[in-house]
Amino acid sequence: MGTKLNHESLAELREIAARYPQPRSGLLPMLHLVQSVEGRITPEGIEACADVLGISAAEVSGVATFYTMYKRKPVGDYHVGVCTNTLCAVMGGDEIFARLKDHLDVGNDETTADGKVTLEHLECNAACDYAPVMMVNWEFVDNQTPESAVQLVDDLRAGNEVRSTRGPRICTWREAARVLAGFPDGRADEGPGAGPASLVGLGIATERGWSAPDADRADRADGSTDHPVAEEPRQEAAATADAGTKEAEAAVVEKESPTTGTAAEKGDAR
Amino acid sequence: MSSAATGTTDTLTPVLTAGWADERSWTLDAYARRGGYAALDKAFAMGPDAVIEAVKDSGLRGRGGAGFPTGMKWSFIPQENPNPKYLVVNADESEPGTCKDIPLMMASPHTLVEGVILSSFAIRAHTAFIYIRGEVLHVIRRVQAAVAEAYAAGHLGRDIHGSGYDLDVVVHAGAGAYICGEETALLEGLEGRRGQPRLRPPFPAVAGLYASPTVINNVESISSVPSIIANGAEWFSSMGTEKSKGFGIFSLSGHVQRPGQYEAPLGITLRQLIDLAGGIRQKPDGQGHELKFWTPGGSSTPLLTAEHLDVPLDFEGVGAAGSMLGTRALQIFDETVCVVRAVLRWTEFYKHESCGKCTPCREGTWWLVQTLARLEKGQGSEADLDLLLDQCDNILGRSFCALGDGATSPISSSIKYFREEYLAHLTHGGCPFDPAASTAWADRTVGATA
Repeated sequence: MGTKLNHESLAELREIAARYPQPRSGLLPMLHLVQSVEGRITPEGIEACADVLGISAAEVSGVATFYTMYKRKPVGDYHVGVCTNTLCAVMGGDEIFARLKDHLDVGNDETTADGKVTLEHLECNAACDYAPVMMVNWEFVDNQTPESAVQLVDDLRAGNEVRSTRGPRICTWREAARVLAGFPDGRADEGPGAGPASLVGLGIATERGWSAPDADRADRADGSTDHPVAEEPRQEAAATADAGTKEAEAAVVEKESPTTGTAAEKGDAR
Repeated sequence: MSSAATGTTDTLTPVLTAGWADERSWTLDAYARRGGYAALDKAFAMGPDAVIEAVKDSGLRGRGGAGFPTGMKWSFIPQENPNPKYLVVNADESEPGTCKDIPLMMASPHTLVEGVILSSFAIRAHTAFIYIRGEVLHVIRRVQAAVAEAYAAGHLGRDIHGSGYDLDVVVHAGAGAYICGEETALLEGLEGRRGQPRLRPPFPAVAGLYASPTVINNVESISSVPSIIANGAEWFSSMGTEKSKGFGIFSLSGHVQRPGQYEAPLGITLRQLIDLAGGIRQKPDGQGHELKFWTPGGSSTPLLTAEHLDVPLDFEGVGAAGSMLGTRALQIFDETVCVVRAVLRWTEFYKHESCGKCTPCREGTWWLVQTLARLEKGQGSEADLDLLLDQCDNILGRSFCALGDGATSPISSSIKYFREEYLAHLTHGGCPFDPAASTAWADRTVGATA
């Protein structure tokens, strides 16, 4: 019954809204904050957001039900995700997920009886070069096997310290939600800059002495220079600048995640 | 050594990835050691229009998939419009197979922040947003910290470097929705609404965030800008191919010996990349597996096969081969993988992520799953292949945004190249493949995972 949202939380909700030119832009991080305090999206949390933003609870609810990271049921201390999108699934994610369901005796999006672990299968989490990938409270746990996955959840349930393979010591799900709400926890410096797979190409280039061309007067071609160059870049007709403006506008479809081009382009491609 | 003097470009050209192995690479100190933020003063001296011209001249095309010329996009911002201008960075990387922006922001968030400052200056924006998918906690920490460091060092805030230019940057965490990678759905999310795409026109350049002129660019596009300003447009366009200039991060995943990130000029081939990656994965006896199919730019780009190994990986080359360069997300599948299983799983993904706004995508992706799932179990008939293609026909070009279009890509391309394999499911009465053979541990720990 009783909400854990107190005056301090309400002040923080207002603080989030104030980061934006229009307060409603704060709603997504505000809902993350609700989860960090309440352990899920509660009716009280929805009301609080609605009050702060001056919109209806139905409007907030509509948003809270759209995004998959918002949970209506209590989540365990550790949200354990297994990527089962195609590449990770094929590389073993399906087997890992099946093993964990069996080991933890839970189904998808269910929490263990001790309230420690919530298991969920995930869509692609942008770490395909580390497949099969798992996430614990949205920290990367790379290159997993069924055995390592079982060990991982056992450690989490036993309260042993667990570290992300490319990140810090794993915090609780609620603590993670607070960072997502825009309240840093001071742990950005933990973990490596990059995992091994991220560095493969750079390693080969270093080994073979490959680099981007030297820029005129620039010492290094890594996107930097110690000597700011005063001369403006020479004007050169961009190869792509010949499209008419109107046509070009119609083609502004930079659709990063969902797909990569217009229907027309795809039609042409066939 | 660079081979610029000889007029050729090296096979790999680390620029964005160059500092990733540095000690505490994510910090301002490490970035400054490589000359970071030096491009700001140069840009301030050039003025906004010259920065736009430089990016136009460089030939940089959007690295988020569509490949639209970045400088041209910037020039669409109507400067006479009295509303504030906004820059929004699309850091919602979630196209299956795509995994370049996340390591970039983890290892070198300041490259992005410097790019944000230069790009905002060019379009005369005083507020910029970095919309990062919520499911990458440590990446969000690193970007938050980089922005805070940049403020403290005077690279952000009021009167940056004494130029009189002001800029504020807000790091915004998403909450789990693939559709928010679509730029207008992302704006909806950033306005605190359900992430459903908007009708265009008006385009965001005219009426984007808060109905104000807005540029939305991918992380890698924005991160390429500091190097263009520092080294010149000509330097950038000296790499790549005629219409696909510069370098890009190519992400190899799946059944290669060394999956990972390879930064190279556009136009490199998959054969070259697989060679650098040590080949297709090998069995313990040293016998090689074989390349069966691959995606050039994520699951929304039509599948290609071994016959396309020498296709130049630039916008034109991959287009001519019947697919799209997309995000250079090269997912490699060997002969142990059932293409029907792979395609069904992607299709389930599109069904799950369809935002529900338009009927062709919402209903269509549901029906695609029904039809495919039946085939995968060996329960359909050959006519179901035509049914699938018909369903694709009713989605492609008819859905509200490109999510629906993308959903049809793996299906139509897999039927084109692997029709027999679909039929084998019918004759076999189910999937003829052993899923255990495709796993990362299949060849190295036989029997150990039972």
